[in-house]
Amino acid sequence: MTTATSAPALRFSGVTKKFSGGTTALADANLEVSPGEFVAVVGPSGCGKSTLLRIASGLDEVSGGTVEVGAKQLGYVFQDATLLPWRTVAQNVGLLAELEKMDKRERGRRITEALALVGLAGFEKHLPHQLSGGMRMRTSLARSLVLDPDVFLFDEPFGALDEITRERLNDELLRMFELRGFAALFITHSVAEAVFLSTRVVVMSGRPGRVIADIPVPFDYPRAPELRYTPEFGRLCGEVSQLLREL
Amino acid sequence: MSAARTGTGAPAGHQEAIDTERVVATAAGPALPARAGRRAASLGSRVGLPILVAGVIIGLWYLVTEVALNQYQRFMLPPPHRVLEVGFFTWGNFTALMGALRWTAQVTFIGLAISIVLGVGAAVAMSQAKWVENALYPWAVVLQTVPILALTPMLSFFFGFALTPRIIVAVIIAFFPIVSNTLFGLQSADRSMHDLFTLHKTSRWTKLWKLQFPAALPAMFAGFRVSAGLAVIGAIVGELFFKQGQAGLGTNMSVYTSLTEGEQLWANVLTASLLGIVVFVFFGWLSRRVVGRWYLPSSR
Repeated sequence: MTTATSAPALRFSGVTKKFSGGTTALADANLEVSPGEFVAVVGPSGCGKSTLLRIASGLDEVSGGTVEVGAKQLGYVFQDATLLPWRTVAQNVGLLAELEKMDKRERGRRITEALALVGLAGFEKHLPHQLSGGMRMRTSLARSLVLDPDVFLFDEPFGALDEITRERLNDELLRMFELRGFAALFITHSVAEAVFLSTRVVVMSGRPGRVIADIPVPFDYPRAPELRYTPEFGRLCGEVSQLLREL
Repeated sequence: MSAARTGTGAPAGHQEAIDTERVVATAAGPALPARAGRRAASLGSRVGLPILVAGVIIGLWYLVTEVALNQYQRFMLPPPHRVLEVGFFTWGNFTALMGALRWTAQVTFIGLAISIVLGVGAAVAMSQAKWVENALYPWAVVLQTVPILALTPMLSFFFGFALTPRIIVAVIIAFFPIVSNTLFGLQSADRSMHDLFTLHKTSRWTKLWKLQFPAALPAMFAGFRVSAGLAVIGAIVGELFFKQGQAGLGTNMSVYTSLTEGEQLWANVLTASLLGIVVFVFFGWLSRRVVGRWYLPSSR
């Protein structure tokens, strides 16, 4: 999928982040994501996982080290769906394209396409409060997909959903990944989710966060939902969980 | 909201996925008898109960007039039917009352409009720069707490007794809730929403217009409703003091108090509170029209 010489989608080199309050969120964190690679990050709460994303996106500055972002367009999916409650689904999905001043007809075409991709065709005129949590998250995904990002940052997007909805959205996210081929950095608390989605699982230590393990996930794409019930999958999940327990 | 939209447009492949998730939008379908009954009950409770309370209040009024007050004190609170008879159903008095209402309503509306423009403007300025908030907000509080009657001699010295000083009094009283509610509303959008806009290098005006301002609307309307009532009070207080010039409801209240004409006094009081109710209800209606579609208070 990638060669060693190609420019990385994301590269954190010795990144340190100290907050003004005195807490050190990240200490000498090193991590690289190649184009087309799906990297999941697991670690205890408060280990600076989200800070990685905020730094990569430019929302926060590093205190030390460097970050390279080789993205033409960055997608960012937050923990909450962060929809504007006064906008319809279609208007919410078009928001980022609108902020980027995309031509109106092109925007309309992409909104339709993105809604179809997340399975929300027919819900254009609904308001967020009329949707379930899972549908709100789909809307949020569609909003980012409209800009067709080549690098996607996910900040525990499915953490608040029930297990069934979460697995279904995992399946669908994989389909989008296989279709669009973006690079992804995916923060999660769920080991199974991390292993199911990613090409590599990165384990981070507690605060201050640093990368303590980088485990390749050998399963080929496209991955079927049944992958979750294979012994190999279980073994790999066990391995990651073991690492987390030792922290 | 239309029932037909729910789920019908989803392609077959996704239908299953969506069905497993709870679609909160419910069908407004044909009105079932049970639902119609519930609606009637809710209407009864929303209209019937206030009428019941009105009955209780009128009963208490009669009780005070007939029992608590003797015939020499009765001028302070004449019975309701006398107020209607003298204040509203005597043609000369009624036209005078309506003239006063027109004048007071004018002061109220102009004062409220100015408060809204100035209040929202000040809140927007404060939301854009912390130093503006630090500089102005304490003075907005002072404006609210200053005893207005102490200012009125000065106001009449500068602006006379006509419309202007009365409007100024109404503005001073109605201004603060608009500022505080609007500012609260503008600051209510959560951090990840701000992050989302920041990620796309949005100008502060775009952010204000597309995020903060719509997010502030429910709080702003709550402020407008409070201020609407206060603007009426402001207009009346102004008139109570500036007795010269055109007579408003407040002027009349002061005059009829000194003439001990209770019927006329209470007719003016009732008309003033009616004016307040009309403005309050208008803003409630406007609020539901503008934000009711998406803003659902948790108590509903």
